[in-house]
Amino acid sequence: MSRISNDQVKHVANLARLAITEEEAEKFTKQLDAIITFAEQLNELDTENVAPTYHVLDMKNVLREDIPKQGLPREEVLKNAPEHQDGQIKVPSILGE
Amino acid sequence: MSTLSLFDYKVSDLHELLHKKEVTVTDLVEESYKRISEVEDKVQAFLTLDEERARQLAKAQDGKIGTDQSKGLLFGMPIGVKDNIVTKGLRTTCASKILENFDPIYDAAVVQKLQQAETVTIGKLNMDEFAMGSSTENSHYQRTRNPWRLDRVPGGSSGGSAAAVAAGEVLFSLGSDTGGSIRQPASFCGVVGMKPTYGRVSRFGLVAFASSLDQIGPITRTVEDNAYLLQAISGLDPMDSTSANVDVPNFASSLTGDIKGLKIAVPKEYLGEGVNESVRQSVLAALKVLEGLGAEWEEVSLPHSKYALATYYLLSSSEASANLARFDGVRYGYRANDAESLLELYKKTRAEGFGDEVKRRIMLGTFALSSGYYDAYYKKAQQVRTLIKKDFEDVFANYDVIVGPTTPTAAFKVGENIDDPLTMYANDILTIPVNLAGVPGISVPCGFDAGLPLGLQIIGKHFDEATIYRVAHAFEQATDYHKQKPEL
Repeated sequence: MSRISNDQVKHVANLARLAITEEEAEKFTKQLDAIITFAEQLNELDTENVAPTYHVLDMKNVLREDIPKQGLPREEVLKNAPEHQDGQIKVPSILGE
Repeated sequence: MSTLSLFDYKVSDLHELLHKKEVTVTDLVEESYKRISEVEDKVQAFLTLDEERARQLAKAQDGKIGTDQSKGLLFGMPIGVKDNIVTKGLRTTCASKILENFDPIYDAAVVQKLQQAETVTIGKLNMDEFAMGSSTENSHYQRTRNPWRLDRVPGGSSGGSAAAVAAGEVLFSLGSDTGGSIRQPASFCGVVGMKPTYGRVSRFGLVAFASSLDQIGPITRTVEDNAYLLQAISGLDPMDSTSANVDVPNFASSLTGDIKGLKIAVPKEYLGEGVNESVRQSVLAALKVLEGLGAEWEEVSLPHSKYALATYYLLSSSEASANLARFDGVRYGYRANDAESLLELYKKTRAEGFGDEVKRRIMLGTFALSSGYYDAYYKKAQQVRTLIKKDFEDVFANYDVIVGPTTPTAAFKVGENIDDPLTMYANDILTIPVNLAGVPGISVPCGFDAGLPLGLQIIGKHFDEATIYRVAHAFEQATDYHKQKPEL
């Protein structure tokens, strides 16, 4: 039985904001199915009472003083923006979609 | 033919030569660019060179020799930096099309530390796109070759960093290691590569792949140079909340050559099925060398090793799917043309900007984190990670280091595994558990298989890189694998 269907791959691609073609969807379905099937070997293990590890070091809530300081200059920040105007980053219209 | 090179010297020797005025910083920098001009068309390790700045800096540094400012051991040493570490004013691509023109506006913490140590950056090194891969074949730009045999991969993802050092193009380099990306290419290219303890080195300015696993580390010709370079880049950084507030010992002072009474654990899983016979034999021979130096070894078990690969791909891909959401064509990087809406802009930009392996992992991660699958895949993998971490804790309760091979085979052929993700992933079965547990590990040269280098992996306790260096150095001094160079 396959673990992931062609429709699911398209759904996941949409969630991940990746445009994919029919051929790509087919290829990725096969490959992801193989990887997920492989990953299911983890089900051999009983993890009922095992706490998950999010982080390997015993650190919690690393805080620092909240001291205001100068941010990066606007011209620098905009230097890598593909399109900008009047000191702001420009994108296609959002309203009316 | 192998030719003599200034980079045959160790850092400490070059430092002395600089101060005796027998060489200049300019000589060192020119050695790099001369070698690059000779062999780079074969090796293809560099994505970007920083010649003008490097030459200017070298000239300025030559004026400082003999003053207090030149006392640092790394002063004037030419270094290469993996292209996922941001360098202000020097293009940083992560070997991805999506960052083809990215010009960073700040330096990574490790780059600032290199500046304090006054190394000279020669250029930026090729890698698998966003550090996802084990062969550097996933670079959008070029395929780096193994200097020992040009039909072989250099390993990955820090393939450029390892190949450049092996080929004598730089004295040393920085790589990054999420599942083996420093140790595996170091093994394939016959050089020394260290993945430090998670938290030892600041990740500020390292373009994030899997934040709970990523760590920057040094790639060098010798263990001693490795210790010096790690010394320079380690330490707490207020800009990285996961960098650890732990003292950085003087690593070089542990290079005593004395390993009498040291207790070595050899996991049976690391010499079992899937590990090539010549690799196994070279590790057994290495254990004999260590025994001869007074260490004791015993076989142990890391019983959850076989689950590490699946755990790693679920966790690293999940983290990657979140981290790579930032590449959307808005603030920086590539932007697709002719998108009519914002949503289309995101989708087209990412479809055109990312390569297949990156897309595959983003989708796997998005799937593992998606509603209805989170508990079955992501949470399950985090629980298994706890079991894998505990395997290491159990062994380290009774032993000083764990020793095994770095990789199951020597370097494979270019193109051999590129169409089969699972086979490619299996290259990392011996390095991945180390990242999941967050412990440090090194690869040092320990032999050859048909002219291709093999690596010995030495794994230590959290924040005990010093013991790893002590063992690696003692082994290196007792063997001469590190003295051999590829003929290019």
